[in-house]
Amino acid sequence: MTFPLQDLLTILPELIVIGTACLILALDPILEASKKDVLVWLTLGALTICIGLTSSQMTDRVSAFSGMVVIDAYAAFWKLLLYIVTGLTVLLSLAYLKAERLSIGEYYGFILLALAGMMVMVSGADLLTIYLGTELMSLSLYVMAGLKRTEARSLEASAKYFVLGAFSSGILLYGISLLFGLAGSTGLSAIAAAIITHGTGDPLLSMALVLLAVGFGFKMAVVPFHMWTPDVYQGAPTAVTAFMAVASKAASFGAFLRVFVEGLGAASADWSVLFTVICLATLALGNLVAIVQTNIKRMLAYSSIAHAGYALIGVVVAGGHSGKGASTGFASVLLYIAIYSFMTLGAFALIGMLRKEGQESDQIEDYAGLAKREPLTAFFMLVFMVSLAGIPPTAGFIGKFYIFMAAVNGGMTWLAIVAVIFAAISAFYYLRVVMVMYMREAEGAIATHSRLETSPALSLVLACALAGVVLLGLFPNGLWSLASQAAPLLK
Amino acid sequence: MDHIFFFYFAAVIAATSLLVVALRNPVYSALSLLIMFFHVAGLYVTLHAEFLAAVQIVVYAGAILVLYLFVVMLLSIKSEERYHNQLPLAGLLGVMLCTEVILLFIKSQTSAIAPAATADPVAGPGNTEMIGEALYSTYLFPFEVASLILLVAMIGAIILAKKGINEPAQ
Repeated sequence: MTFPLQDLLTILPELIVIGTACLILALDPILEASKKDVLVWLTLGALTICIGLTSSQMTDRVSAFSGMVVIDAYAAFWKLLLYIVTGLTVLLSLAYLKAERLSIGEYYGFILLALAGMMVMVSGADLLTIYLGTELMSLSLYVMAGLKRTEARSLEASAKYFVLGAFSSGILLYGISLLFGLAGSTGLSAIAAAIITHGTGDPLLSMALVLLAVGFGFKMAVVPFHMWTPDVYQGAPTAVTAFMAVASKAASFGAFLRVFVEGLGAASADWSVLFTVICLATLALGNLVAIVQTNIKRMLAYSSIAHAGYALIGVVVAGGHSGKGASTGFASVLLYIAIYSFMTLGAFALIGMLRKEGQESDQIEDYAGLAKREPLTAFFMLVFMVSLAGIPPTAGFIGKFYIFMAAVNGGMTWLAIVAVIFAAISAFYYLRVVMVMYMREAEGAIATHSRLETSPALSLVLACALAGVVLLGLFPNGLWSLASQAAPLLK
Repeated sequence: MDHIFFFYFAAVIAATSLLVVALRNPVYSALSLLIMFFHVAGLYVTLHAEFLAAVQIVVYAGAILVLYLFVVMLLSIKSEERYHNQLPLAGLLGVMLCTEVILLFIKSQTSAIAPAATADPVAGPGNTEMIGEALYSTYLFPFEVASLILLVAMIGAIILAKKGINEPAQ
């Protein structure tokens, strides 16, 4: 009935995050409305402490709570990324919520609870823990997506996300139950052992594999499980969209890679075929449909689908190999998601800033003539768009470069070529935003009513995102060695 | 004997689950859900998980289903036609999927491996005690995470239903 105190120390970052979330929920009703900013600083303080604690955990594998949780370099990598993303989202929300008159303290509690769910996901070594982490994250996000209750679109986003999310959780759970039937345990190492004993030809295993791929596919928003993404990203408050597009995707990739490498690694020949198909479909649909979008949030939603496709290339390549080839493949995925986080967060932060008559203006047309009105902002947007398109010297190029290198070295040159073609197509819709900002004159209402809502917090977010995009583009070695150190090993 | 019971319960669960989504009157749907809950409880009994069976009936059939019925009757939802025009496509895909699964299992003759045998139901401590011990030792961490999920669900429901959010500040 007892457990060593050591176990509590290993999950100290999680405990701090959850404790702060509860403190915020308790403080919110007693604080005066003018002093609510305290909650933001409390959140940021907790995140800073967690960054320090988790950095010290980038060591050997430690497992706690009878193998339910595991702390290793892989988990620490994702957690550090999640802290940074969450911190930036909180700063972004501070400005955004005020502009939208959505100032409620519970919001920060929910962000932290979602973060706790994500942390549980990436450091879970048992399918049960990973599933529960996913649910904790998703439930918090469903609520946050529906915060703008006066707008039908926000409510629609919340409802749609909830129904499809619940459905995909059911599929995930079904896959987990089949794996439990196969191995007699939900622990990832026990499942790996069972697969080695029984061989990979078992129909039960194939079924479970497909169901897990579908379940995680929903969370990562890859084609054909992407249907919810554009509507939810468009309808949700922009700060929440940024959080969903970045943090939830990163955590889903983290959990997905751990399950498929540590648990189902022996069947990698089977799943890499499956993911090749998903990857190609994701690249094609994400990039082609993004071209016809007129709403910038929708366009970025399709772009985030396409970016998941690029990251999957690394997974496919790594799945076809063992040893060093696999390790570089996974490391390139980690690097790609980290870089993707900075550029996408920056782009969404900018979208939240531009307002028209108290409303968010999220049509691409609204950006006409922005370079004349707000040259600095337009330049920031230019950098993020160029980076998303993968043009050097930005970080977006480095991310794609490592992914394509892994594909070429892994003998999948054809996949790299296909991806390069789609990257070229994607440049069209990213650069169209740049073209609208720089080449077109603002007309009528856009010229007179459109304005920027700036604040120190928001400037800090933009500066961090820009620094991430530029510095990681010029000096990627530090992040790359971190990613290589954290990449999971396929046995 | 075990097999007969299993197939009876499984067949009824599958049939009533289908009815839940196929029936057009929401009250009938809720009632077929009730039958399903009872048969799931039956499955638990055949697995010697008597405590779970009792909880299944008390919590799901007793509490949750009554709430469903309350909501359905309060909102007086009439039969819902909107989603039924997707039936042909869904049916086609469903049949294809089922055929695939059946083919997969027929083609490979290896039968599913039974999980490690569960503890002897007669000897040892009682059902409830064993669940309690497992929850607070091996499964302590997931158990606590589950409690957080309930917290989020509770506060989330309040936030989404509360007045005064997203309205101009005074």
